[in-house]
Amino acid sequence: MAKLVLEGIVKHLGGRPVVNDLHLDVKSGEMICLLGASGCGKTTTLRMIGGFLAPDAGRMLLDDVSILHLPPEKRPTAMVFQQYALWPHMDVFHNVAFGLQVRRVAKQEIRRRVQEVLKLVRLEQFARSYPAQMSGGQQQRVALARALVLEPKLLLLDEPLSNLDSKLRIQVREEIQEIQRRVGITAIFVTHDQEEALSISDRVAVLSEGKLEQYATPDVLYRDPATLYVASFIGTMNLLRGSVQGQGVAIEGTVVPCAQFPAPIDGTLDIAVRPEDVRIVDDGGVPAHVIQRIPRGHYQELVLSAQPGNIRAFVSNDIRVGEQVQFLFQRALLYRDEKLVRAGVAVS
Amino acid sequence: MSTLRVSNDEQALTPRRAYSSRPLSTTQVVRWIISCVIILALVLFILGPLVILFLWAFADAWFYPALLPHTWTFSWWQQILLNGDIGHSILLSFIFAPVVTLVSAAICLPAAYAFARFKFPGQRAFMVSLFATNAFPKMGLYIVMAGLLYTFGLMDTFWGVVLVQLLNTVVVMTWIPSAAFAAVPRELEDAARDAGAGLWTTFWRVTLPLARSGIMVALILSFLASLDEAQGTFLVGSPDYITMPTQMYTLVTSYPQQAAAVFSIVLSIPSFVLLLLVRKYILGGTLAAGFRLR
Repeated sequence: MAKLVLEGIVKHLGGRPVVNDLHLDVKSGEMICLLGASGCGKTTTLRMIGGFLAPDAGRMLLDDVSILHLPPEKRPTAMVFQQYALWPHMDVFHNVAFGLQVRRVAKQEIRRRVQEVLKLVRLEQFARSYPAQMSGGQQQRVALARALVLEPKLLLLDEPLSNLDSKLRIQVREEIQEIQRRVGITAIFVTHDQEEALSISDRVAVLSEGKLEQYATPDVLYRDPATLYVASFIGTMNLLRGSVQGQGVAIEGTVVPCAQFPAPIDGTLDIAVRPEDVRIVDDGGVPAHVIQRIPRGHYQELVLSAQPGNIRAFVSNDIRVGEQVQFLFQRALLYRDEKLVRAGVAVS
Repeated sequence: MSTLRVSNDEQALTPRRAYSSRPLSTTQVVRWIISCVIILALVLFILGPLVILFLWAFADAWFYPALLPHTWTFSWWQQILLNGDIGHSILLSFIFAPVVTLVSAAICLPAAYAFARFKFPGQRAFMVSLFATNAFPKMGLYIVMAGLLYTFGLMDTFWGVVLVQLLNTVVVMTWIPSAAFAAVPRELEDAARDAGAGLWTTFWRVTLPLARSGIMVALILSFLASLDEAQGTFLVGSPDYITMPTQMYTLVTSYPQQAAAVFSIVLSIPSFVLLLLVRKYILGGTLAAGFRLR
């Protein structure tokens, strides 16, 4: 399996930089995700890796060899397209066999390899069916089989789950992860759904406006978002503005008790607090009253109205709308100029 | 509640109607009559001459004011089909048509693909300019072309006639296939290239099969255009290359009605058959899609 390195990749489309000085490395056998909102450059980057677009500048090395001069048909990459791109005039067998036929592999060999890969995606009995006769999830698996049968060094997936309904999405993404681990192939997939990205990737690269905001494991991304963009993009976050004052943070004139910061920091900062780090206490906190309660299954999301502003909190006990409560912050993330300067240490 | 319940026997005896049986109003009846009359008039207008044509083809003696011929005969069919010159013109027509269609395809299909897939300056202007062949009175165009062909010594030659007939096929052979190619999702071509197929293999195994119906329509319409081409062929092809439409001029002027009638039917048969084959695609919107400007 292969490792990929992108250095200084730049791409301008329609006059503006869609990908701006991107550096990325993918380890062999890793599944990484390019995550971001529409227009952030993730699909453009994927297409550049696949060979469908040429970057304006930068280097791209697969196993330390540049692949930039190779057209898509010569690159050792295989892509699973967003709309699956299965050829409607061919049955499943021929869709999967196409690449092998183009490479003039022997008929017996083609049959063996196609059967093998169809077994991997659990579609053996659909070999003679046509794409139009199959469901979205099944078409997705055919597209995956078609990519894998060529034994590529790199598997590229362009928003593979966006056309599926939510329950199916969870099932198919886990299947993709399982297949990727079993085959051990290096994979890159693109999505705008952060829950998807966090659940199956080894590492996630968060992109915004062509720039890499952070590239880390899902845990690190969630706990210590490096930039304000990542903090607001991943999960739910309370975003406030204030300054550090003694044992807490001062927002809109009120001091909310918080973790102790080893050294005081001056100036106005952006303060990000996860709803699960907003703790309801009996006393010693900032007064607030509950204006909204959203049931979320095994916990509830509350919206508190307080002096510092509206705060979202996750609680597990039953608190009604209209109740008066007190809250403090267990952990806060501090940002200056969009960059993380201090991650608060949780206080018990 | 019991008043609404009907016993099983009664239900069987009073079958329910599927529609309400209100009597039609006067306006509805009048409207119905008027539409019938109009439809009948249209049918007579379109089919009438065709029916008369058929009658003439089998007529021996037919004089006014008889509604039908007095005597019938197959002799004109014999005359026409066994006539050497006429037979030759039929053969020539059916040689020119496939040749023109193939040459047109060879020139126009790549252009159609380029229009569909690539972006280049003046693209739209180019596509619209193809219509120029239809915008001017054909005779004017042909006379100018004849002048050019004369200079190149192509008058009264096989390829001269092919060139002239090509004019009528260019629009159909570029616009319709272009729409057909454009309708093939680009992703399908990308997927083929990703799987290792070069440009030509992608075109041959993915784009072309998927654009097949549009291309079939274009091929057939070009074939028919070539078969029906009269003025240009007459101008360039005489006296050595007489095709069926050109032959028709002689038949109409120098032979009795029956000969022309028989010949018309013979000339119409291929058009009729081919249009029948293609009607599924024409009704399916391939034509409409082809003539939409993108």
